Amino acid sequence: MIRLVLAVFLTLLTLPARAAVDIQEVTSPGGINAWLVEEPAIPFVALELRFLPGAALDRTGKRGAVNLMMGLLEEGTGDLDAQGFAAARDELAASYSYQAYDDAVAISAKFLSENRDEAVDLLRRSIIEPAFAQDAIDRVRDQVLSVIARNAVEPNEIGRARFNELAYGDHPYGSAVEGTVESVAALTRDDIMQAHRDVLVRDNLYVSAVGDITAEELGALLDTLLGALPQSTDVADPGPAGWNIAPGIELVEYDVPQSVVIFGQPGFERDDPDFFAAYVLNDILGGRGFSSRLMEEARVKRGLTYGIGTFLAPMEYAASTGGQASSANESAAELVSVISDEWVRIAEGVTEEELAAAKTYLTGAYPLRFDGNERIASILVGMQMDDLPVSYIATRNADIEALKVEDLARVAKRLYQPENLSFVIVGQPEGLPGDG
Amino acid sequence: MFRFATALTLAAAVPATAAEVTDFTLENGMEVVVIEDHRAPVVVHMVWYKVGAADETAGVSGVAHYLEHLMFKGTDTLEPGEFSQVVEAQGGSDNAFTSFDYTAYHQRVAADRLGLMMEMEADRMRNLRLDDRDIATELRVVQEERNQRIENDPGALFAEQRDAAQYLNHPYGRPVIGWMDEVESLQLEDALSFYETYYAPNNAILIVAGDVTPDEVRALAEEHYGPVPPTPDLPERTRPQEPPQLVERRLVYEDPKVAQPYVIRSYLAPERNPGDQKTAAALTILAEVLGNGQSSELAQRLQFGTGEALYASAFYSGTTLDRTTFGLVMVPAPGVSLPDAEAALDRAVTEFLDEGVDPDQLERIKTRIRAAEIYEADSARELANRYGRALSIGLTLDDVESWPDELRAVTGEDVIAAARDVFDRRNAVTGYLKAPEAQEMTQ
Repeated sequence: MIRLVLAVFLTLLTLPARAAVDIQEVTSPGGINAWLVEEPAIPFVALELRFLPGAALDRTGKRGAVNLMMGLLEEGTGDLDAQGFAAARDELAASYSYQAYDDAVAISAKFLSENRDEAVDLLRRSIIEPAFAQDAIDRVRDQVLSVIARNAVEPNEIGRARFNELAYGDHPYGSAVEGTVESVAALTRDDIMQAHRDVLVRDNLYVSAVGDITAEELGALLDTLLGALPQSTDVADPGPAGWNIAPGIELVEYDVPQSVVIFGQPGFERDDPDFFAAYVLNDILGGRGFSSRLMEEARVKRGLTYGIGTFLAPMEYAASTGGQASSANESAAELVSVISDEWVRIAEGVTEEELAAAKTYLTGAYPLRFDGNERIASILVGMQMDDLPVSYIATRNADIEALKVEDLARVAKRLYQPENLSFVIVGQPEGLPGDG
Repeated sequence: MFRFATALTLAAAVPATAAEVTDFTLENGMEVVVIEDHRAPVVVHMVWYKVGAADETAGVSGVAHYLEHLMFKGTDTLEPGEFSQVVEAQGGSDNAFTSFDYTAYHQRVAADRLGLMMEMEADRMRNLRLDDRDIATELRVVQEERNQRIENDPGALFAEQRDAAQYLNHPYGRPVIGWMDEVESLQLEDALSFYETYYAPNNAILIVAGDVTPDEVRALAEEHYGPVPPTPDLPERTRPQEPPQLVERRLVYEDPKVAQPYVIRSYLAPERNPGDQKTAAALTILAEVLGNGQSSELAQRLQFGTGEALYASAFYSGTTLDRTTFGLVMVPAPGVSLPDAEAALDRAVTEFLDEGVDPDQLERIKTRIRAAEIYEADSARELANRYGRALSIGLTLDDVESWPDELRAVTGEDVIAAARDVFDRRNAVTGYLKAPEAQEMTQ
């Protein structure tokens, strides 16, 4: 049973309450740590595994190896080929997913109580004993190459790729996790096995589980599932990514009716003492649904775009803040000028009213996130990856409440640097600054 | 295995649930469904109008969707944008969506804010107030939405052309968001006329899912929606139907921005109907057998067997008011031409029809269907959507609740019989999406 302790609030604008999910910190007999929420109401378990870092550990010249390796985990193990593995999984009605990102690789699973042991054993075989058969490597490689080809013609992907390339250069962040046509074509079975050894190690593991399982059962499950993983890896850490993109506008000419506008600048680390203030500032600028400043100025007042959003990206090797929107080629220049103006304005801080509205929204929305085994499991593993304590759930809203407009003014000045804001535009925008 | 996004809605065999579901009807004709989930103090509040883009009259395509945007623009008592601001001030989130057969408005809030959501939703059911400037700006937003979803994406433009070719007479042949030239000339009167005709409690379904009891919902619904008078002269929900289709339509859409060519074929197909879901259930299982996952027939034959496909699948969604489509899609492996891919797809389907359904595979699919009932109880929001979609096309709660049994009852023979009926080339549209020959890919 998930115990979300919510105070009863009777009037509309009193502060919504704290969420208090009953998290148990579990250590398996074999020494694997996990966070658990027991929820026996529905007879299944949602399990989340993360290994940090992920594809950023691709070795020099082997970009795409970690991604291809993760794509191959469900393509056969032992006497099961890809189809045999899929059939075995379907017989158990279990669901497994394997994803590669730069900062982490993610394995998500859900399985029924009635056949939990079999489902965990099949998952174990895919993680610990993948076959990496050559025919599977070749087949999945073709799939990856097709993704790379598709991304190369898709305007949003073109824009993001160009921005990352300019910002991060030769660092893994400067290219896509899928790799390039050349790097993927050259990957061998040895490279895939090396990527497996580099990434899936216990020192880099974070685990959460939510559902119909006790702490004792989870401990035994984790030892069975992951006990055979090597403890550590000797692969070199890529180090800081830097930030090399020039301020101003980089145009990628592309024949589409609507220009894609991607923008960003350096940002805060997750452990920055002012991270909460930055989070609230981002919410007011462009983080929140319909009523952020950018949505108001660009969409509601001017009809320039269907949607505009901003984010804070405190990644492992670089921290940035930025966003994305699209506008018809005729109006893209106006969209860019709205974004630039709002970047100047947010650097000056926010009003009391804006801060109050943001606090009400953020503190009210927080407990509502914890509604479902899968969602809770995902939040819990994310907290561990961010190095947050269990107690964060209880203190987070109070930390947001404590912020004052003076704090936000000080932090806004430090965070937002209009002179360092970079744009990549993909399309055929008319009348950009600097055009003749 | 990597998943290909070919802008298809893949039909999942997802049945109803064991969750506690209650229904009743208000005196003014508004249907109410309550789905209880007491694990977290959260509630999803949705109002589904039984009207969508396929109910538009010719010449004003996109008006149902445009009106959905305008519904956030204020009422006698709410300023433009205030609806969403109030929801956010509760820590909630809100949005809306428009489809061919329905238009739905929804909020997710703390359970004790349900009354406020109902008060505001009931208000904008009748009291919308629009000013010229708001609506002109919002029309630009809709055009940008169309740019973003369709105009910038050759796959989406191709899908629009295929739908238009699929339906000779039925409005499913028009895009939900509307054709750009008609969207550009939409008028306030068009939206208001649509609003006044169709937005009424006796044309709406209220769905509340989460930490509530039916008694609480009934009391609040009677307080807030109860006073809204019904519309006495709701139009009957009939649309122009398809004439007999006599000949396959074939399209080749070329765009230099296509990196991944594919062949796709859709056939006109029967849909779920009240008390009559057998054929739709067989087609749902057929799509699973042919196309869902690595152990499906098309994957086995074309990806693992001959290696002619990078990806091959089938799709079907029977939850529509009028005739829907059953589809096959294949992304050829490098070096395989689209005509060869199409021939391979046809050969694989023919072989499957001759050999029949693998009983082990059918058993696995039924296991998954049973498990889906357990997994889906984890998301009240998904359950609410499932009920909303079904009820808004006229299915009953009985139909929704018997759907898993209908799926479980399907035999291998049923699947093959349904396949033989549906795979009639006279009802088909076959499309190739590709880059022009001998043209270099440029950025």
